[in-house]
This record gives sequence, structure tokens and C-alpha cells, in this order.
Amino acid sequence: MYLRAAATISPPVSFEQILTADSSAQSIRLACAEPDYTKLIDPKMIRRMSRIVKMGVAAALQCLDEAGDKMPDAIIAGTAYGCLGDTEVFLQKMVENDEQLLTPTAFIQSTHNTVAAQIALLLKCHNYNNTFVQGGFSFENAITDALSLLKEGQVKTVLAGGIDEITDTSHAILKRFGLYKRAPFATENIFQTQTKGTIAGEGATFFVMQSGASGNDYAQLKGFDTFYKPVSSKEVEQHISAFLDRQNIKRSDIDLVISGENGDIKNDEVYETIYQSALRGITHMPFKHLCGEYPTASAFALWLAANIIKTGKLPSGLPSNKKPSTVLIYNHYRYTYHSLYFLNAC
Amino acid sequence: MSSRIYIAGAGIISAIGNNITENLSALETGRAGMGEMKYLHSAHREKIPVAEVKMDNTALAALSGLPAHYTRTALLSAIAAKEALTNAAIPGFAKLRSGFISANTVGGMDKTENFFSDFLSNPAKGKLRNVVHHECGAATEIVAGILGVKHHIATISTACSSSANAIFYGARLISQGMLDVVIAGGTDALTKFTLNGFNTLMILDNRYCQPFDENRRGLNLGEGAGYIVMVSEKIAQTLPSIPICTLNGYCNANDAYHQTASSPDGTGSYLAMKGALDKSGVKADEIDYINLHGTGTQNNDIAEGTAIKLLFERRYPPMSSTKSFTGHTLGASGGVEAVYSVLSIQYGLIYPNLRFETQMKELPFVPETVFKKGADIRNVLSNSFGFGGNCSSLLFSKV
Repeated sequence: MYLRAAATISPPVSFEQILTADSSAQSIRLACAEPDYTKLIDPKMIRRMSRIVKMGVAAALQCLDEAGDKMPDAIIAGTAYGCLGDTEVFLQKMVENDEQLLTPTAFIQSTHNTVAAQIALLLKCHNYNNTFVQGGFSFENAITDALSLLKEGQVKTVLAGGIDEITDTSHAILKRFGLYKRAPFATENIFQTQTKGTIAGEGATFFVMQSGASGNDYAQLKGFDTFYKPVSSKEVEQHISAFLDRQNIKRSDIDLVISGENGDIKNDEVYETIYQSALRGITHMPFKHLCGEYPTASAFALWLAANIIKTGKLPSGLPSNKKPSTVLIYNHYRYTYHSLYFLNAC
Repeated sequence: MSSRIYIAGAGIISAIGNNITENLSALETGRAGMGEMKYLHSAHREKIPVAEVKMDNTALAALSGLPAHYTRTALLSAIAAKEALTNAAIPGFAKLRSGFISANTVGGMDKTENFFSDFLSNPAKGKLRNVVHHECGAATEIVAGILGVKHHIATISTACSSSANAIFYGARLISQGMLDVVIAGGTDALTKFTLNGFNTLMILDNRYCQPFDENRRGLNLGEGAGYIVMVSEKIAQTLPSIPICTLNGYCNANDAYHQTASSPDGTGSYLAMKGALDKSGVKADEIDYINLHGTGTQNNDIAEGTAIKLLFERRYPPMSSTKSFTGHTLGASGGVEAVYSVLSIQYGLIYPNLRFETQMKELPFVPETVFKKGADIRNVLSNSFGFGGNCSSLLFSKV
């Protein structure tokens, strides 16, 4: 399977920004750098779209534009939280007005399939359309579905992506669960804090995927796997080793590992373990200081890996004696949802 | 399809019964599940009838084996999924590669909406345990744990077509050899959020709904859960008796017309039904029963009816909307109606479309009004169409 195009709306403005400078924001929450939507979406449509819908639709359209594809055979979205902004608006009015005098707009846009549906509507695309909402597997489910459709053969191009937003309300609630660090800190130092909690993030990332090579692809996705609720770090090591064995990948074949450390001392333990065992001696980099932690953050990691392979460039601070042509991604979300991706240059 | 997907079991809970036996009995006796709200606390209690599962959360918790403070969405899901798996009685299930693929539209909203009123008064207030299972995926995670499923879990949310998509995503993973067994379907609990949402759209009937009737006024919301257990040919051979029903075709298409309304000519509905027929190789005149999406809204029924008129041209199979019994169970409806479709093939049943009076003037056919038993039902088409233009059809066949 080939990644024909990739686009993201994320806290970093661009891949170039990631290469040149560390984003050293003083923050407890990373928000997306949103583009001028009027350049991407029909202004008449923008007015009716909530923030996450705009982010998702814009990333998708950018991606299709890059691929030169106006009509994908399938559109698949993954989102753990769905359209939180509109859900909150409707919920708040419902509570405050005691279920009276409500208007439908926010309700209509609150359904989890809004982003994928709006993309179909804009493209007038009658093809396969699906939305997955399985927490930290939402994006992985979308990828599984995409790979399965491509394997079946009738579908040639799939637009697949991961979208999640933070809102003031969701941030306030998730903070009460102790998910985030409390005091603002320099995001580049997130892995040195030795404390509990991470930094909230968000993003909208889409890919055009094809079963055949186009001659101008970002990368080939050679291997992909997920595992759920491992009982120990030993089991994680076993899954990673088995994954590499199945794809016939030797450790010396991996130029770079991109992994999901998020600055939470407990969360990050397993990464330290695997870098001492299954993935010992391989150059590795985290990515959540760039995009923050959220259930579909692995979509951002895939975008980052695809860009590193396409350009052959590594973010500053990494040993760059060799042009990276293979990247392994290992990410877990709250130690429940684990995913592995292996990409190589085309 | 490359390999057969057998239906080894089914499980259901709805406004007309807490299991398959109770549902069948209500379908046979024509007993609808709508009534005045008893368990949902809404300002619209006396004005809008709903089709509630006839148990409070304490009773549902006892039946499901889950704590009573869990979301109603999870409790309903656990009860139906457990019935389905028990009913399938797959030898050595724990050793097989299994998947739980569920669907819902509002996740734990039944608890979140209570949390929210406290939270709005003070952001430090509201019990966190009432919002911890808010995400749609949470109920799936809980129930996968009860079922002992670890290989693959997924939740789909494509509005009212969610469960149908869950079922055929699962079928695809089996036919490609990724999984041996999949429990798939969906769940949704009634919430004030959805009730008020549909109310603002002015598509709720303040009487009992009349799907496919000229004088239809809208839909009744319902709640419930429905799951089927699908197995590969290889696993089917290990069962005490090989199941007689298979998932033979499916299709997902998008209407791409409007965020909430269906196109007048039912483009999405037509493409979904046509795609399912094409996939299976079954011809339109071989369909013995259509379980309609049939919500009872002006818009759905004319769009769906127009698509059927075009696709079936003069030879219209018996059809009915079982939403006239269960109400519209939203994310669960594709699962609930897949269970009815499987039972239709298993026992030769055609269900009545309750309260039908007047033929729609645009359509040359009428829905079935009488319960039929012992018919030779070989192919059943089940429709699920939703917001966002998401249209899906499933085609079940007798082996």
C-alpha cells in the first residue's frame, strides 16, 4: 500500500517548521495552526462549519489536491471524540433552556460522521463512506478498513484520516481526570519533567492511499498492526518482535523509530523498556511534543514519518549520517491501544 | 463473495423484548413498544412517545452483570451481545481470533447530559464517573471485556446506518482471513440529547409512527441493541449444526445530497441496495423480504420508496418497517434489524408494518400488514440509511 498524498492541520505550521526549529511554546495545551480556510473551502460552506469540521474538511481537500484526485473510491474518518464543539453547544442550550426553544444546527453537526459526510457532500462523492470512533484505535480502525478495501480490489484510492479537537470544556473535564500537567512548561522539555500528566493536543490528518505505486508517493506502508491491552511490557516487546519478524525486517534495516512518549512518567516507561530491548540501538524520536497527546495522534506520526521519508530529512538534533529510508512507528494511547507502522521509501 | 460468512448466533434487546424469544412473540402478536416515557426524564414526557426498553438501569445492570452506574448504552450492548455469543455456542471460542465490532451514535450521552448540568453550574462539579464512558468507543471496550474479545475491537458511528456498517466491516475481516469470529451490531440508549435534537428537526411523531403511510407524520425514537455472530466457513464446520443463514452481500454508498435530508430520488438508498445485490449475485426478483429503513418521516420513506420502485420495477417483494414496533433505535437499528432479518430466514417470517392505513400516492406498492410464518424466505434485504447521507444495505441468504 502506498501513501500517495498526506496533509495535516496540526499545532506545527509545517514539516519545514519541524525541521528548522523546535516549537518551544510555553503551554499546557497545543492548538492547531489553522490555515486561511477561504483558500481551501467554498466560503458559503465555511460559515456553517464548526471548527473541527473545517479542520477535517480542509486537511482532506488539501490532501486530495496534492494527489490530483477529485473522487476517491472511499472516504474513511477516525475520531475518538467526534464533534465536541457542537455537542457542547447543543447540550448547554438544552440544559440552560430546560429543553425548550432549541435550534437544530448544532445537533445536526454534532454527529460523529459529520467530517466524512461533509467531504462527500463537497465532492458529490457517492462512494464508500465510513467513520470509526474507537478511542485510541479510531485512526487504526480507519487504516484497517482502508487496507481491507484495497485488498478486496474494487477500490483503488482511499482517503483516510484521523481528526480530534480539544475544546475548553473537554480540556477542563479531561484535566480533572489528571491527564495533563498543570503548570505551563516549555513543550520541548516535556520529556524531562519526570512528572505525571501530558500535554493536550489535537489535529486533522488525511492520507490518499493506493494499492499500486504512482511513481510519486511519499512512502510505502509495508507493515501495520495493532494490539490491545497488553498485560506487560514483555508482551509489548513480543508484539513488536513478532511484527518485525512477520515483515522480515531486521533491526539494522530500521533507520528511525518514531514513538509516542507523551511526558507522563508512567506512560513513557514502556518506551524506555523497548529501547533497551526489542529496539535497542536504533535512532529514535518522540513526536508528541509537536502535536500533543490525543487519541488519533498516530495519524500525525504517520504524516511525520511519510514526510521524513519523502524528503530524506530529519528534524534537528538527530544523527543524520544516513538518509532515512525506513521508519517504524510505535505508539500507544493510555496503554490500551497500541499500534505499529513500518514505512519505506519507494 | 470469496468465502461464505455464516451467521452463527443473534442477540437482541428492544422495546418489544429483552431477548429473541420475547421479540419474536411481540412481532407475532403485533405488540408495539411505544408508550409514554418512563425511564428517560425529559420535559417532553407527556408530548412525545418513545419506545423504551422496559427496564431501569438497576434491572439492566443485574441482567448484564455490569455496575448500575455504567451507561445505559453499555448495559444494553452487554445484554444483547452476550445473548448472541451464548446462542452461537462456538466450540473453543477463547482460542479463536475474535472481534467485537459495535456501533452507536451518542456513546455515554445518557450519563454525560446529567453530568453537564452540574458541570455548567461549576466546572469543578459533576461526578467524573458519569462522563468517563462518554466516548462512543467506551461501551465497546466494556463489552469486549465481558465477551473475552481481544484481537480486534472497533466502533462505527455513521448515524442511523452505523450497525450495518459494523456488520459488513466485520464480514470483510473474516473473509480476508484476519479473524475467525466477529460479534457485530450496535447499541443506543434514549437520551434527552437525541430526543431534543430530533425534536428541533421537527421529524418526531407525537403519535405512534406510521411508516410508509401517505399520512405519516414522523418517527418515534427507540432504544436497544442487536448483534449477530459471524463465522468463517472453517469455524461453521465445527458447530453442532451448520448455520442456514449467511451474509451474502452488502454495500455502503453516500447520498451526497444534504447533511440530514435524503435526496428526493433516493440516490444513496438505490446505490446501497443495488450494490448489495451486485455483490451477492442475487437478482432483484429473488428478494423475498425487505426490512425497510422506514422511519416514518416524510423524507425517508419517499426517498427509500422511490429507490425501491426503480430497483424492483413491478415485482415488489413483501416489505415492512419493524420500526413500527421498536421505534428508531438509531445506531442500533441496523443490528436490531439484522437480527430480525436472520430470524426471517431461519423461521420463514414476514413481519407486519403496524398501523399502516393509506398507500403513499407516489408508490405502486404497500407494506405487509399481517404476520406470516413458514414462508420460504431465501433472500432478505435490510436497509439502514442515515444523516450525512450514509446509506447501507445488507443482504442475508439461506444456504
